[in-house]
Amino acid sequence: MKLSIERGTLLKAVSQAQSVVERRNTIPILANVLIEAEGNTVTFRATDLDIEVLDKAPAQVERAGSTTVSAVMLHEIVRKLPDGSLVTLSDDSAAGRLSVQAGRSHFNLATLPKEDFPVMASSDYASNFSAPAGVLRRLFDKSKFAISTEETRYYLNGVYMHVADGEGGKVLRCVATDGHRLARIDAPLPAGAEALPGVIVPRKTVGELRKLLDDDDTQIAVSVSETKVRFATPSITLTSKVIDGTFPDYTRVIPQGNTRRLEVDARDFAAAVDRVATVSSERSRAVKLSLDEDRLVLSVNAPDSGAAEEELAVAYGDERLEIGFNAKYLLEIASQVDRENAVFMFNSAGDPTLMREGNDMSAVYVVMPMRV
Amino acid sequence: MPSLCRDCLTRFDAAARCPSCGRPRIVSHPELDSLTIAHMDCDAFYASVEKRDNPALVDKPVIIGGGRRGVVSTACYIARIKGVRSAMPMFQALKLCPEAVVIKPRMQAYVDASRAIRAMMEELTPAIEPLSLDEAFLDLTGTERLHGAPPAVMLARLVRRMKTELGLTGSIGLSHNKFLAKVASDMNKPHGFSVIGRSDTAAFLRGKPVRMIWGVGQAAQAALEAAGIRSFDDLLRWEARDLTARFGSMGDRLWHLARGQDTRRVSRDTPMKSISNETTFSEDTSDPDILDGHIWRLAEKVADRAKAKALAGRVVTLKLKRADHRILTRRHAMRDATQLADRLYREARALFDQGPNAGPYRLIGVGLSDLVPENAADLSHDLLDPQAAARHRAERATDSIRARFGEDAILKGRALR
Repeated sequence: MKLSIERGTLLKAVSQAQSVVERRNTIPILANVLIEAEGNTVTFRATDLDIEVLDKAPAQVERAGSTTVSAVMLHEIVRKLPDGSLVTLSDDSAAGRLSVQAGRSHFNLATLPKEDFPVMASSDYASNFSAPAGVLRRLFDKSKFAISTEETRYYLNGVYMHVADGEGGKVLRCVATDGHRLARIDAPLPAGAEALPGVIVPRKTVGELRKLLDDDDTQIAVSVSETKVRFATPSITLTSKVIDGTFPDYTRVIPQGNTRRLEVDARDFAAAVDRVATVSSERSRAVKLSLDEDRLVLSVNAPDSGAAEEELAVAYGDERLEIGFNAKYLLEIASQVDRENAVFMFNSAGDPTLMREGNDMSAVYVVMPMRV
Repeated sequence: MPSLCRDCLTRFDAAARCPSCGRPRIVSHPELDSLTIAHMDCDAFYASVEKRDNPALVDKPVIIGGGRRGVVSTACYIARIKGVRSAMPMFQALKLCPEAVVIKPRMQAYVDASRAIRAMMEELTPAIEPLSLDEAFLDLTGTERLHGAPPAVMLARLVRRMKTELGLTGSIGLSHNKFLAKVASDMNKPHGFSVIGRSDTAAFLRGKPVRMIWGVGQAAQAALEAAGIRSFDDLLRWEARDLTARFGSMGDRLWHLARGQDTRRVSRDTPMKSISNETTFSEDTSDPDILDGHIWRLAEKVADRAKAKALAGRVVTLKLKRADHRILTRRHAMRDATQLADRLYREARALFDQGPNAGPYRLIGVGLSDLVPENAADLSHDLLDPQAAARHRAERATDSIRARFGEDAILKGRALR
């Protein structure tokens, strides 16, 4: 194999590969990226056995072929090369080395045989559809903060993507929760997604997917089966196993009968929460909301460190209410609001609270209060 | 050399027998009058309580432990002659000593005896650090003027009182720090009194194995052996910084211990670090229903202890010992701490379900650690478990019913599995 490729193109492809490979693993080949050159294209493939990313880039291929080298090392080298340089990769399979040459720099990297590289088995995708990157970005960006990291509840370690009944008919919906808060984000159902089986997209996949979604107008081809999910742009294909588990019935968790309505400027609210939480104890991070006629008082009382209070003008017309929350959870949901006011719907100090942006039901957040 | 008769408490200058009462139980040491840190360890405590309460057992080998499948918790000295040791599986103990009388522990009797001993110790010094029901460190520094006698005399008086008033014997280790006091108390059990002074510390430690250090278990021993360290002499060859580099904070401690130095204070309020309970089954089992019942009962015990101490914990640990004695532990750090049996049970049960059922098991244990005060616990419920709030109210109600009408007044069906 021998090929030449522009440094910027190579860096983009290799950086995606190196973020997929596991830093610490016991199987050496999994640290490597598989490079395959043919025609005028080179592909870079990396996997951690759960996720596989395949990146195609244009290159001048002098001699077709393939090999594998350390993804992290190749990435580091390319990153340090001067911008605009032309990089030549040539493989000496007899010596088991890949030579990387750019300008006056020359590297020789150890290779492992490409036959050892695990290629992810293909799947029968029950559903294939296409969605604009901007739509997918909103679905995942607004839900991922609520993903659980608890290993005992592995089925919460991802975003549940499925078809649901929304306000105006079927929607493509993403839900994530860790038992403390929940995010439910809807988007219009793309054509062809009707038969989509509900799948739990793992946290790491959500992170890798994000890199494909920067450009609003790119169409992302999405394929879903019971066990796998695939997202593809013209140059990058991300395939991932989905979490083998049942996502809990979240619908019963979303409060329907909360009537006490608070409307507040999300930015002012978040800033005030952040300020008073400065004195809260490291562990609980509890903030108390005291609501009265058009008045909200945020307060923290931490016996060990001090107390803080701040008053906000709000729209609230119900009975007085005192309710506590983890400051971090409040900040996270408030930061999802970017166009209108944040609307909180309370029931009692012990019941889950709902938050949405204005009257937009396409993004709904639920947060559990805490005793203060 | 200052000497003391342990029977009549007469002090004199070295002699083979007490010049006053003529008995030979003498303790002599050049620093006898100046050492103040002691460790008192009762001799075969549980067995001694049983023999005291049932004189028919006096000349019989007695083993305290649970059931045929349990482990020996205490063996009397007659059973020890046959090779029976604490923590030995019961079947093995009975093979060595088939004529032994096996008695199920009567914890209340031991707790009562322990309290009585504790009260006697309180008369000597407020600086008592109990390690368990039957052993404690005592710091008698500065008590000589108060008692009109040096610590050695007061300690000899303590064991004499234990013998005459409670019918129990104990062994004393007297030294200048906790490490050596603990080592000394073990030197001529039962009914011993050993002294390690500053002047003879180095000579005493020479050639002794490091496993003598309290807290150096099998794993630590193996790690030390891998570095070629078996005895205190091996330790002395190491630089402090090399030991620390290799063994972390334990290395630093070992460096000091090798020189007979230990600056830990005798303190009664060593904060509790974890709460745990475990059960050895009468028969190995892999039946998830039976194990589930055990998990619940253990969770309840741990929760009861946490509630009694107004504590809660953030980390739940599940321990399983397989039939081949291999131990599996799984732990989970929760977002916020709990003291509720319901949450503890659910977390422990999830840990059990986390791996394949690798039974049969012979033991199961549930523990709670990373402890915090109870007012920082159970602040929030699980969104995905809408019944949790009701269950937790039920648990609090159950607790108050039990407080009023007794432990068995109300039970969960699960507890009967």
